[in-house]
Amino acid sequence: MKPVVCVRGLERGYEGKAVLDNLNLDIAPGEFVALLGRSGSGKSTFLRALADIDTEVSGSGMVVVPEGLAVVFQDARLLPWARVLDNVVLGLAGGDARARGRTALAEVELAGRERAWPGELSGGEQQRVALARALVRKPQLLLADEPFGALDALTRLKMHALLRRLCAAHQPAVLLVTHDVDEAIALADRVLVLEQGRIAADIVTRGTAAAALRHTLLGLLGATQELAGTS
Amino acid sequence: MSSVLLKPAAHPAAPSPGPAPAPESKTIRIGPRAHIPRRRFALAKPVPGGILLGPALLLLGWVIGAWANWIDPRVLPAPWTVAQTFWQLASDGRLESNFTTSAVRAGEGLAFGTVAGVVVALLSGLTRTGEYLLDGLVQVKRAVPVLALIPLLVMWLGIGEPMKVAIIAISVFIPIYMQLHFALRGIEARYIELACVLRLNYLQFLRWIVLPGALAGFLLGLRLAVAAAWIALVVVEQINATSGIGYMISLAGTYGQTDVIIAGLVVYAILGLTAEVLVRLLAKALLPWQRTFAG
Repeated sequence: MKPVVCVRGLERGYEGKAVLDNLNLDIAPGEFVALLGRSGSGKSTFLRALADIDTEVSGSGMVVVPEGLAVVFQDARLLPWARVLDNVVLGLAGGDARARGRTALAEVELAGRERAWPGELSGGEQQRVALARALVRKPQLLLADEPFGALDALTRLKMHALLRRLCAAHQPAVLLVTHDVDEAIALADRVLVLEQGRIAADIVTRGTAAAALRHTLLGLLGATQELAGTS
Repeated sequence: MSSVLLKPAAHPAAPSPGPAPAPESKTIRIGPRAHIPRRRFALAKPVPGGILLGPALLLLGWVIGAWANWIDPRVLPAPWTVAQTFWQLASDGRLESNFTTSAVRAGEGLAFGTVAGVVVALLSGLTRTGEYLLDGLVQVKRAVPVLALIPLLVMWLGIGEPMKVAIIAISVFIPIYMQLHFALRGIEARYIELACVLRLNYLQFLRWIVLPGALAGFLLGLRLAVAAAWIALVVVEQINATSGIGYMISLAGTYGQTDVIIAGLVVYAILGLTAEVLVRLLAKALLPWQRTFAG
């Protein structure tokens, strides 16, 4: 199957310091990839390069991404002055845009909140609106930059279940940037570990025991053995 | 095997009989929260209309001072004298015609100055070319006090209404331009990123991100502009004017009619407060999403 994302020899640098170093990656249609890495490993830079919003860094390399691309940021990034439905359908063309927006809001269990202001919603609800805004565009590739990082643990688990359900229904390829090993294991088909701008590990999660995978990933991220041993 | 392991664990979990040992740490507080001064640093809750206390006390002092003859009526006439004069001025029509003249002047100046400020701020805020052509000019203009332009404007426009409206409009233009330009340039980069990711076209970008994002800054500019319009109004009405509240005041100054002066000042205060209230209402209507934060 032809990959939906194709990255070859991607280099990005900031003030003379290399952030991404000769990075290569293919993502298949519908594949859910989690990108793990410590702070400063270059994972956000990589996602921003794919989304073509990394204007502040210089670099070279080839990036092929599909036209249908949506991004979910760590902050929900809703316009505070636009109502929820207007946020969801922002920039969407077509007479049925609002109807599609309503459907998307219902999918993230926010039916009835179309006319609310983002400031009236909780953090988890705001992130669900951001998910609806991404999915209503029917993306072939969904880029998510630590989308649940600012949420509490219980809300995060609920969001995991929701995201799994939505991805099963819409089948976009997903690149989820996270620093949470358990989140990566819970959601992804394939886990990448980024280390100093290079892919240090590329692991398919199917058929791998979760505990062993967790141990391996924590080890790759430089956690101590005792920490990796607990569960 | 697991049951054997679980059994000893059950005992410590059972509630221990007898009184619990007193906590040794001093930071543990048990009891009603009222004992904890948690509002130590926060301001007390606002009382509705509380802001009127200061003016009310001032008025009370004035009434008492006049009633007890502590205040020389030539310095400050009694409140009832002012009220009487106010009523007299109102009933013989002088107040109304002067008030209308002043309000029209201020209104026209505000309208022209606001429109010019918005147009120039949009041109210079949204394009580099506009910034290079216009922003420098405005900064140079800003360095020259408006009142210093009066002789020049009198030469150009004469001493009639156009000169007066122009002075007010120029005073209004500056705060509108400054605040709106600043707000346009201050749109958060993360929203610009969002616009790129959502592939908005330029019109959608203006409609959904730039203009609503800059609206709060514009409204602040409008409040400052109203204050600037008032200062300019007072000045132009004391130069070669033959009508208006300012003319009425300076004429009364010539004849030593302190009560008329005070009545004129009261009208200025009413005009100013009305404009301020209108701008606040406008802000509330235009920024409904901010009400959720103000409570």
